[in-house]
Amino acid sequence: MSALGFVGGHGMSDLITMDDLSNDEILEILDTAERLLPVANGDVYAPLLQGKVLGNLFFENSTRTRMSFESAMKRLGGEVVNLSSVGSSVAKGETLYDTMQMVDGYSDIAVIRHPRQGAAQYSADAIGIPILNAGDGAGNHPTQTMLDLFTIRQAHGTLDGLNVVLVGDLRYGRTTHSLSHALARFGAKLTLVSPDSLRMPTEIVGDLQSHDTEVIESEDLSGSIADADVIYMTRIQKERFPDEDEYAKVAGIYKMTADNLAEAKGGMIVMHPLPRVDEIDPSVDSTKHARYFQQAFNGVPTRMALLCRSLGVDVPMEVGE
Amino acid sequence: MSEMRRVTAICNGTVVDHIPAGKALQVMQMLRVDVGRSNPISLVMNVPSGKAGRKDVLKIEDRELTQEELDRLALIAPNASVAIIRNFSVAEKRQIELGSELVNIARCSFWNCITQNSREPLPHKLRVISAEPLDLRCSYCGRSQSIDDLAKSIL
Repeated sequence: MSALGFVGGHGMSDLITMDDLSNDEILEILDTAERLLPVANGDVYAPLLQGKVLGNLFFENSTRTRMSFESAMKRLGGEVVNLSSVGSSVAKGETLYDTMQMVDGYSDIAVIRHPRQGAAQYSADAIGIPILNAGDGAGNHPTQTMLDLFTIRQAHGTLDGLNVVLVGDLRYGRTTHSLSHALARFGAKLTLVSPDSLRMPTEIVGDLQSHDTEVIESEDLSGSIADADVIYMTRIQKERFPDEDEYAKVAGIYKMTADNLAEAKGGMIVMHPLPRVDEIDPSVDSTKHARYFQQAFNGVPTRMALLCRSLGVDVPMEVGE
Repeated sequence: MSEMRRVTAICNGTVVDHIPAGKALQVMQMLRVDVGRSNPISLVMNVPSGKAGRKDVLKIEDRELTQEELDRLALIAPNASVAIIRNFSVAEKRQIELGSELVNIARCSFWNCITQNSREPLPHKLRVISAEPLDLRCSYCGRSQSIDDLAKSIL
Protein backbone atom coordinates (compact mmCIF):
# COMPACT_ATOMS: atom_id res chain seq x y z
CA MET A 1 0.00 0.00 0.00
CA SER A 2 1.24 3.48 -0.78
CA ALA A 3 2.40 5.95 1.81
CA LEU A 4 -0.79 7.99 1.73
CA GLY A 5 -3.11 5.15 0.95
CA PHE A 6 -3.52 6.46 -2.57
CA VAL A 7 -3.76 4.20 -5.56
CA GLY A 8 -0.67 4.34 -7.72
CA GLY A 9 0.96 2.82 -10.78
CA HIS A 10 2.32 -0.70 -10.90
CA GLY A 11 5.75 -0.41 -12.45
CA MET A 12 8.96 1.46 -11.76
CA SER A 13 8.62 3.14 -15.13
CA ASP A 14 5.04 4.42 -14.86
CA LEU A 15 4.14 7.69 -13.15
CA ILE A 16 0.43 7.73 -12.36
CA THR A 17 0.29 9.44 -8.96
CA MET A 18 2.94 10.99 -6.72
CA ASP A 19 2.79 7.87 -4.58
CA ASP A 20 4.72 6.11 -7.32
CA LEU A 21 7.78 8.08 -6.15
CA SER A 22 9.55 8.02 -2.80
CA ASN A 23 10.87 11.28 -1.39
CA ASP A 24 14.41 10.24 -2.31
CA GLU A 25 13.31 9.49 -5.88
CA ILE A 26 11.62 12.89 -6.10
CA LEU A 27 14.81 14.65 -5.01
CA GLU A 28 16.89 12.55 -7.38
CA ILE A 29 14.64 13.50 -10.32
CA LEU A 30 14.84 17.18 -9.36
CA ASP A 31 18.66 16.91 -9.26
CA THR A 32 18.62 15.32 -12.71
CA ALA A 33 16.32 18.07 -14.00
CA GLU A 34 18.77 20.67 -12.71
CA ARG A 35 21.61 19.03 -14.62
CA LEU A 36 19.44 19.11 -17.75
CA LEU A 37 18.72 22.85 -17.53
CA PRO A 38 21.34 23.78 -20.18
CA VAL A 39 19.76 21.25 -22.55
CA ALA A 40 16.28 22.59 -21.83
CA ASN A 41 17.55 26.12 -22.54
CA GLY A 42 18.96 24.98 -25.88
CA ASP A 43 22.54 25.83 -24.84
CA VAL A 44 23.71 22.22 -24.94
CA TYR A 45 22.61 19.41 -27.22
CA ALA A 46 22.48 16.03 -25.50
CA PRO A 47 20.83 13.33 -27.66
CA LEU A 48 20.21 10.98 -24.74
CA LEU A 49 16.89 9.78 -26.17
CA GLN A 50 17.93 9.43 -29.81
CA GLY A 51 16.00 6.62 -31.47
CA LYS A 52 13.18 6.76 -28.92
CA VAL A 53 9.59 7.72 -29.79
CA LEU A 54 7.17 9.44 -27.42
CA GLY A 55 3.42 8.98 -27.93
CA ASN A 56 1.84 12.29 -26.88
CA LEU A 57 -1.82 11.43 -26.27
CA PHE A 58 -4.05 14.38 -25.51
CA PHE A 59 -7.73 13.57 -25.26
CA GLU A 60 -8.21 16.97 -23.64
CA ASN A 61 -6.88 20.46 -24.36
CA SER A 62 -3.34 21.32 -23.36
CA THR A 63 -0.78 24.01 -24.13
CA ARG A 64 2.11 23.76 -21.68
CA THR A 65 2.05 20.07 -20.85
CA ARG A 66 1.89 18.95 -24.46
CA MET A 67 4.46 21.44 -25.74
CA SER A 68 6.90 20.95 -22.88
CA PHE A 69 6.84 17.16 -23.30
CA GLU A 70 7.40 17.57 -27.01
CA SER A 71 10.18 20.09 -26.44
CA ALA A 72 11.78 17.86 -23.79
CA MET A 73 11.76 14.83 -26.08
CA LYS A 74 13.09 16.73 -29.10
CA ARG A 75 15.84 18.53 -27.21
CA LEU A 76 17.03 15.10 -26.07
CA GLY A 77 17.13 13.87 -29.67
CA GLY A 78 13.92 11.79 -29.54
CA GLU A 79 10.87 11.81 -31.78
CA VAL A 80 7.22 12.52 -30.98
CA VAL A 81 3.99 11.14 -32.44
CA ASN A 82 0.84 12.99 -31.46
CA LEU A 83 -2.76 11.94 -30.97
CA SER A 84 -5.74 14.17 -30.28
CA SER A 85 -9.24 12.89 -29.70
CA VAL A 86 -10.45 15.25 -32.42
CA GLY A 87 -9.61 13.80 -35.80
CA SER A 88 -8.75 10.32 -34.53
CA SER A 89 -10.72 7.09 -34.12
CA VAL A 90 -11.49 8.15 -30.54
CA ALA A 91 -14.14 10.42 -32.09
CA LYS A 92 -15.60 7.29 -33.73
CA GLY A 93 -16.08 5.62 -30.36
CA GLU A 94 -12.88 3.59 -30.06
CA THR A 95 -12.23 2.40 -26.52
CA LEU A 96 -9.19 3.64 -24.65
CA TYR A 97 -8.04 0.03 -24.42
CA ASP A 98 -7.98 -0.37 -28.20
CA THR A 99 -6.32 3.02 -28.74
CA MET A 100 -3.59 2.09 -26.28
CA GLN A 101 -2.86 -1.17 -28.11
CA MET A 102 -1.90 0.96 -31.14
CA VAL A 103 0.18 3.31 -29.04
CA ASP A 104 2.04 0.30 -27.62
CA GLY A 105 3.18 -0.52 -31.13
CA TYR A 106 3.97 2.99 -32.30
CA SER A 107 6.01 4.38 -29.40
CA ASP A 108 8.45 3.58 -26.59
CA ILE A 109 6.75 5.68 -23.92
CA ALA A 110 3.38 7.45 -23.73
CA VAL A 111 2.11 10.60 -22.07
CA ILE A 112 -1.65 10.66 -21.61
CA ARG A 113 -4.14 13.36 -20.70
CA HIS A 114 -7.74 12.26 -20.57
CA PRO A 115 -11.01 13.74 -19.27
CA ARG A 116 -11.89 10.51 -17.45
CA GLN A 117 -10.37 9.94 -14.03
CA GLY A 118 -8.34 6.74 -13.83
CA ALA A 119 -7.51 6.75 -17.55
CA ALA A 120 -3.75 6.79 -16.93
CA GLN A 121 -3.79 3.80 -14.57
CA TYR A 122 -6.12 2.01 -16.96
CA SER A 123 -3.66 2.63 -19.80
CA ALA A 124 -0.75 1.40 -17.68
CA ASP A 125 -2.68 -1.80 -17.02
CA ALA A 126 -3.58 -2.15 -20.70
CA ILE A 127 -0.10 -2.00 -22.25
CA GLY A 128 3.55 -2.58 -21.45
CA ILE A 129 5.33 0.65 -22.37
CA PRO A 130 5.83 3.27 -19.62
CA ILE A 131 2.89 5.61 -19.05
CA LEU A 132 3.21 9.14 -17.67
CA ASN A 133 -0.02 10.66 -16.39
CA ALA A 134 -0.44 14.19 -17.76
CA GLY A 135 -3.81 14.71 -16.06
CA ASP A 136 -6.79 12.38 -15.70
CA GLY A 137 -10.05 14.24 -15.16
CA ALA A 138 -10.01 15.78 -11.71
CA GLY A 139 -7.61 13.06 -10.52
CA ASN A 140 -3.85 13.51 -10.63
CA HIS A 141 -1.23 15.44 -12.53
CA PRO A 142 2.09 14.21 -11.14
CA THR A 143 4.41 15.61 -13.82
CA GLN A 144 2.96 19.06 -13.05
CA THR A 145 3.70 18.41 -9.40
CA MET A 146 7.30 17.55 -10.21
CA LEU A 147 7.79 20.83 -12.04
CA ASP A 148 6.01 22.63 -9.20
CA LEU A 149 8.40 21.06 -6.69
CA PHE A 150 11.34 21.97 -8.94
CA THR A 151 10.17 25.59 -8.96
CA ILE A 152 9.64 25.67 -5.20
CA ARG A 153 13.07 24.19 -4.51
CA GLN A 154 14.65 26.59 -6.99
CA ALA A 155 13.20 29.52 -5.00
CA HIS A 156 13.59 28.27 -1.43
CA GLY A 157 16.52 25.87 -1.71
CA THR A 158 14.49 23.17 0.04
CA LEU A 159 11.12 21.42 0.02
CA ASP A 160 11.08 20.85 3.76
CA GLY A 161 8.66 22.49 6.15
CA LEU A 162 7.31 25.24 3.90
CA ASN A 163 4.11 27.17 4.46
CA VAL A 164 2.11 26.66 1.27
CA VAL A 165 -1.26 28.22 0.45
CA LEU A 166 -3.31 26.49 -2.25
CA VAL A 167 -6.05 28.71 -3.68
CA GLY A 168 -9.09 28.29 -5.90
CA ASP A 169 -10.64 25.15 -7.29
CA LEU A 170 -9.40 22.53 -4.88
CA ARG A 171 -12.27 20.17 -5.56
CA TYR A 172 -11.69 19.59 -9.24
CA GLY A 173 -8.10 20.85 -9.47
CA ARG A 174 -5.90 17.84 -10.13
CA THR A 175 -2.70 19.90 -9.82
CA THR A 176 -3.49 20.73 -6.21
CA HIS A 177 -4.48 17.13 -5.45
CA SER A 178 -1.09 15.81 -6.54
CA LEU A 179 0.87 18.74 -5.11
CA SER A 180 -0.73 18.59 -1.68
CA HIS A 181 0.09 14.87 -1.38
CA ALA A 182 3.71 15.54 -2.26
CA LEU A 183 4.12 18.59 0.00
CA ALA A 184 2.62 16.69 2.92
CA ARG A 185 5.43 14.19 2.63
CA PHE A 186 7.97 16.99 2.98
CA GLY A 187 6.38 18.35 6.14
CA ALA A 188 4.62 21.37 4.65
CA LYS A 189 1.98 23.34 6.47
CA LEU A 190 -0.93 23.58 4.05
CA THR A 191 -3.59 26.27 3.94
CA LEU A 192 -6.43 25.35 1.59
CA VAL A 193 -8.32 28.43 0.42
CA SER A 194 -11.47 27.82 -1.60
CA PRO A 195 -15.17 28.59 -1.66
CA ASP A 196 -17.17 26.02 0.24
CA SER A 197 -18.43 24.34 -2.93
CA LEU A 198 -14.86 23.80 -4.18
CA ARG A 199 -13.21 22.47 -1.03
CA MET A 200 -10.54 19.81 -1.27
CA PRO A 201 -12.21 16.34 -1.35
CA THR A 202 -12.53 15.00 2.19
CA GLU A 203 -10.66 11.80 1.35
CA ILE A 204 -7.62 13.86 0.30
CA VAL A 205 -7.81 16.07 3.41
CA GLY A 206 -8.08 12.87 5.46
CA ASP A 207 -5.02 11.44 3.72
CA LEU A 208 -3.06 14.62 4.39
CA GLN A 209 -4.05 14.74 8.04
CA SER A 210 -3.26 11.07 8.56
CA HIS A 211 0.26 12.01 7.54
CA ASP A 212 0.45 14.50 10.46
CA THR A 213 0.25 17.44 8.09
CA GLU A 214 -1.09 20.68 9.53
CA VAL A 215 -4.03 21.52 7.27
CA ILE A 216 -6.08 24.69 7.59
CA GLU A 217 -9.17 25.17 5.44
CA SER A 218 -10.38 28.72 4.80
CA GLU A 219 -12.42 30.80 2.37
CA ASP A 220 -10.26 33.89 2.95
CA LEU A 221 -7.11 34.46 0.91
CA SER A 222 -6.02 37.83 2.31
CA GLY A 223 -5.38 36.49 5.81
CA SER A 224 -3.07 33.77 4.47
CA ILE A 225 -0.64 35.92 2.47
CA ALA A 226 1.69 37.32 5.18
CA ASP A 227 2.98 33.97 6.46
CA ALA A 228 3.14 32.15 3.14
CA ASP A 229 6.31 30.85 1.48
CA VAL A 230 4.34 29.83 -1.60
CA ILE A 231 0.92 30.90 -2.84
CA TYR A 232 -0.34 28.50 -5.47
CA MET A 233 -3.25 30.04 -7.40
CA THR A 234 -5.53 27.95 -9.61
CA ARG A 235 -8.25 28.70 -12.10
CA ILE A 236 -11.88 27.92 -11.36
CA GLN A 237 -12.32 25.30 -14.08
CA LYS A 238 -15.57 25.86 -15.89
CA GLU A 239 -15.18 22.60 -17.84
CA ARG A 240 -15.18 20.48 -14.66
CA PHE A 241 -18.55 21.71 -13.35
CA PRO A 242 -21.49 19.40 -13.97
CA ASP A 243 -23.76 22.45 -13.52
CA GLU A 244 -23.20 25.89 -15.10
CA ASP A 245 -25.16 27.71 -12.36
CA GLU A 246 -22.78 26.34 -9.75
CA TYR A 247 -19.85 27.67 -11.80
CA ALA A 248 -21.42 31.14 -12.04
CA LYS A 249 -21.65 31.36 -8.24
CA VAL A 250 -17.88 31.04 -7.74
CA ALA A 251 -16.32 32.35 -10.98
CA GLY A 252 -13.87 35.17 -10.26
CA ILE A 253 -14.03 34.75 -6.48
CA TYR A 254 -10.27 35.15 -5.93
CA LYS A 255 -8.30 37.91 -7.62
CA MET A 256 -4.72 38.62 -6.66
CA THR A 257 -3.22 42.03 -7.48
CA ALA A 258 0.23 43.48 -6.79
CA ASP A 259 -1.31 45.56 -3.99
CA ASN A 260 -2.40 42.38 -2.18
CA LEU A 261 1.24 41.36 -1.86
CA ALA A 262 2.42 44.33 0.24
CA GLU A 263 2.47 42.20 3.41
CA ALA A 264 4.12 39.17 1.79
CA LYS A 265 7.52 37.85 2.82
CA GLY A 266 10.33 38.91 0.48
CA GLY A 267 11.00 35.36 -0.70
CA MET A 268 7.37 34.38 -1.13
CA ILE A 269 6.57 33.12 -4.63
CA VAL A 270 3.27 33.15 -6.50
CA MET A 271 2.73 30.11 -8.67
CA HIS A 272 -0.03 29.05 -11.06
CA PRO A 273 -0.25 25.97 -13.31
CA LEU A 274 -1.77 28.24 -16.01
CA PRO A 275 -3.82 29.09 -17.95
CA ARG A 276 -5.03 31.95 -15.78
CA VAL A 277 -8.26 33.79 -16.39
CA ASP A 278 -8.56 36.65 -13.91
CA GLU A 279 -7.28 35.16 -10.66
CA ILE A 280 -3.86 36.80 -11.03
CA ASP A 281 -3.87 40.37 -12.24
CA PRO A 282 -1.12 41.24 -14.77
CA SER A 283 0.17 43.76 -12.22
CA VAL A 284 1.62 40.80 -10.30
CA ASP A 285 3.75 39.76 -13.30
CA SER A 286 6.37 42.42 -12.72
CA THR A 287 6.72 41.80 -8.97
CA LYS A 288 9.59 39.76 -7.51
CA HIS A 289 7.00 37.23 -6.34
CA ALA A 290 5.71 36.14 -9.75
CA ARG A 291 7.08 32.74 -10.69
CA TYR A 292 4.43 31.21 -12.96
CA PHE A 293 6.15 31.75 -16.30
CA GLN A 294 9.41 30.35 -14.92
CA GLN A 295 7.31 27.50 -13.54
CA ALA A 296 5.91 26.78 -17.02
CA PHE A 297 9.43 26.69 -18.49
CA ASN A 298 10.53 24.31 -15.73
CA GLY A 299 8.24 21.74 -17.29
CA VAL A 300 10.92 21.09 -19.89
CA PRO A 301 13.90 20.04 -17.70
CA THR A 302 11.61 18.24 -15.26
CA ARG A 303 9.88 16.25 -18.00
CA MET A 304 13.27 15.51 -19.57
CA ALA A 305 14.34 13.94 -16.30
CA LEU A 306 11.10 11.95 -16.08
CA LEU A 307 11.36 10.69 -19.66
CA CYS A 308 14.95 9.55 -19.08
CA ARG A 309 14.01 7.81 -15.84
CA SER A 310 11.06 5.94 -17.33
CA LEU A 311 13.09 4.88 -20.35
CA GLY A 312 15.95 3.70 -18.16
CA VAL A 313 18.44 6.21 -19.59
CA ASP A 314 21.09 7.49 -17.20
CA VAL A 315 21.78 11.21 -17.27
CA PRO A 316 25.51 11.88 -16.79
CA MET A 317 26.63 14.09 -13.91
CA GLU A 318 28.07 16.53 -16.46
CA VAL A 319 25.55 16.78 -19.29
CA GLY A 320 27.00 17.59 -22.70
CA GLU A 321 30.59 16.73 -21.87
CA MET B 1 -36.11 -19.05 21.00
CA SER B 2 -33.23 -19.91 18.66
CA GLU B 3 -33.32 -18.68 15.11
CA MET B 4 -33.25 -22.28 13.85
CA ARG B 5 -36.77 -22.74 15.12
CA ARG B 6 -37.99 -19.70 13.27
CA VAL B 7 -37.13 -21.21 9.90
CA THR B 8 -37.19 -24.81 8.81
CA ALA B 9 -33.84 -26.54 8.45
CA ILE B 10 -32.78 -26.85 4.83
CA CYS B 11 -31.84 -30.10 3.13
CA ASN B 12 -29.21 -28.75 0.74
CA GLY B 13 -27.81 -25.26 0.22
CA THR B 14 -25.99 -22.46 2.05
CA VAL B 15 -26.62 -20.86 5.42
CA VAL B 16 -25.11 -17.46 6.08
CA ASP B 17 -25.23 -16.74 9.79
CA HIS B 18 -24.17 -13.79 11.97
CA ILE B 19 -24.96 -11.14 9.37
CA PRO B 20 -25.07 -7.71 11.08
CA ALA B 21 -28.69 -6.97 12.04
CA GLY B 22 -30.59 -5.28 9.23
CA LYS B 23 -28.03 -6.06 6.52
CA ALA B 24 -29.53 -9.29 5.14
CA LEU B 25 -31.29 -7.57 2.24
CA GLN B 26 -28.04 -5.90 1.23
CA VAL B 27 -26.30 -9.27 1.48
CA MET B 28 -28.87 -10.76 -0.89
CA GLN B 29 -28.24 -7.89 -3.27
CA MET B 30 -24.47 -8.42 -3.02
CA LEU B 31 -24.80 -12.15 -3.64
CA ARG B 32 -27.23 -11.48 -6.49
CA VAL B 33 -29.63 -14.07 -5.08
CA ASP B 34 -32.49 -11.58 -4.97
CA VAL B 35 -33.34 -11.58 -8.68
CA GLY B 36 -33.70 -14.00 -11.52
CA ARG B 37 -33.53 -17.22 -9.50
CA SER B 38 -36.09 -19.72 -8.30
CA ASN B 39 -34.24 -21.13 -5.29
CA PRO B 40 -36.27 -20.84 -2.09
CA ILE B 41 -34.64 -18.32 0.26
CA SER B 42 -35.44 -17.89 3.94
CA LEU B 43 -34.55 -14.73 5.72
CA VAL B 44 -34.70 -13.90 9.39
CA MET B 45 -33.81 -10.48 10.68
CA ASN B 46 -33.03 -8.99 14.07
CA VAL B 47 -32.96 -12.29 15.94
CA PRO B 48 -31.13 -12.38 19.29
CA SER B 49 -27.47 -13.32 19.09
CA GLY B 50 -25.02 -14.04 21.88
CA LYS B 51 -22.13 -12.45 19.96
CA ALA B 52 -23.62 -9.32 18.50
CA GLY B 53 -26.87 -8.75 20.36
CA ARG B 54 -28.93 -9.05 17.18
CA LYS B 55 -28.22 -10.65 13.84
CA ASP B 56 -29.71 -11.63 10.50
CA VAL B 57 -29.61 -15.14 8.99
CA LEU B 58 -30.01 -16.16 5.36
CA LYS B 59 -30.77 -19.69 4.11
CA ILE B 60 -30.47 -20.35 0.40
CA GLU B 61 -31.79 -23.73 -0.67
CA ASP B 62 -30.33 -25.95 -3.38
CA ARG B 63 -27.44 -23.66 -4.07
CA GLU B 64 -23.87 -23.82 -2.77
CA LEU B 65 -22.34 -20.38 -2.98
CA THR B 66 -18.85 -20.26 -4.43
CA GLN B 67 -15.89 -18.78 -2.58
CA GLU B 68 -15.86 -15.88 -5.07
CA GLU B 69 -19.51 -15.14 -4.26
CA LEU B 70 -18.84 -15.40 -0.56
CA ASP B 71 -15.92 -13.00 -0.77
CA ARG B 72 -18.43 -10.32 -1.70
CA LEU B 73 -19.85 -10.76 1.77
CA ALA B 74 -16.66 -9.46 3.29
CA LEU B 75 -17.74 -5.98 2.25
CA ILE B 76 -20.77 -5.85 4.54
CA ALA B 77 -20.60 -8.91 6.76
CA PRO B 78 -16.93 -9.70 7.35
CA ASN B 79 -17.73 -11.67 10.50
CA ALA B 80 -20.56 -13.76 9.03
CA SER B 81 -20.20 -17.52 9.19
CA VAL B 82 -21.07 -19.68 6.21
CA ALA B 83 -22.08 -23.31 6.19
CA ILE B 84 -22.68 -25.51 3.18
CA ILE B 85 -25.52 -27.90 3.98
CA ARG B 86 -25.86 -31.31 2.40
CA ASN B 87 -28.57 -33.73 3.48
CA PHE B 88 -29.48 -31.59 6.53
CA SER B 89 -25.90 -31.65 7.86
CA VAL B 90 -23.11 -29.11 7.79
CA ALA B 91 -20.83 -30.48 5.10
CA GLU B 92 -18.37 -27.56 4.96
CA LYS B 93 -17.68 -24.32 6.71
CA ARG B 94 -16.31 -21.57 4.53
CA GLN B 95 -14.30 -18.54 5.51
CA ILE B 96 -15.04 -15.04 4.38
CA GLU B 97 -11.92 -13.13 3.51
CA LEU B 98 -11.38 -9.57 2.46
CA GLY B 99 -8.35 -9.72 0.18
CA SER B 100 -6.25 -6.76 -0.88
CA GLU B 101 -8.16 -6.26 -4.13
CA LEU B 102 -11.70 -7.07 -5.28
CA VAL B 103 -11.80 -7.94 -8.95
CA ASN B 104 -15.05 -7.79 -10.93
CA ILE B 105 -17.20 -7.66 -7.80
CA ALA B 106 -18.57 -4.17 -8.33
CA ARG B 107 -18.21 -1.27 -10.71
CA CYS B 108 -16.65 1.98 -9.45
CA SER B 109 -19.49 4.30 -8.50
CA PHE B 110 -17.75 7.54 -9.55
CA TRP B 111 -19.55 9.02 -12.54
CA ASN B 112 -16.37 10.13 -14.31
CA CYS B 113 -14.25 7.03 -13.81
CA ILE B 114 -12.78 5.51 -16.98
CA THR B 115 -14.58 2.25 -16.14
CA GLN B 116 -17.97 3.92 -16.60
CA ASN B 117 -17.62 3.19 -20.31
CA SER B 118 -19.15 -0.27 -20.39
CA ARG B 119 -17.21 -1.14 -23.55
CA GLU B 120 -13.83 -0.83 -21.84
CA PRO B 121 -12.73 -4.45 -21.39
CA LEU B 122 -10.32 -4.45 -18.42
CA PRO B 123 -11.64 -5.88 -15.13
CA HIS B 124 -13.26 -3.68 -12.49
CA LYS B 125 -10.89 -3.50 -9.54
CA LEU B 126 -11.30 -2.07 -6.06
CA ARG B 127 -8.34 -1.85 -3.73
CA VAL B 128 -8.78 -2.45 0.00
CA ILE B 129 -6.97 0.42 1.69
CA SER B 130 -8.23 -0.46 5.16
CA ALA B 131 -10.46 -3.26 6.43
CA GLU B 132 -11.47 -1.58 9.69
CA PRO B 133 -12.89 0.95 9.10
CA LEU B 134 -13.60 -0.26 5.58
CA ASP B 135 -11.93 1.98 2.99
CA LEU B 136 -12.21 0.80 -0.61
CA ARG B 137 -10.94 2.77 -3.56
CA CYS B 138 -11.18 2.21 -7.26
CA SER B 139 -7.84 0.87 -8.49
CA TYR B 140 -8.04 3.15 -11.53
CA CYS B 141 -9.47 6.49 -10.40
CA GLY B 142 -8.64 6.24 -6.69
CA ARG B 143 -12.09 7.35 -5.51
CA SER B 144 -13.44 6.06 -2.20
CA GLN B 145 -16.52 3.87 -2.52
CA SER B 146 -19.46 3.76 -0.16
CA ILE B 147 -21.02 0.37 0.52
CA ASP B 148 -24.46 1.68 -0.40
CA ASP B 149 -23.20 2.79 -3.81
CA LEU B 150 -21.35 -0.47 -4.35
CA ALA B 151 -24.44 -2.52 -3.55
CA LYS B 152 -26.09 -0.75 -6.50
CA SER B 153 -23.06 -1.41 -8.74
CA ILE B 154 -22.61 -5.12 -8.18
CA LEU B 155 -21.53 -6.93 -11.33
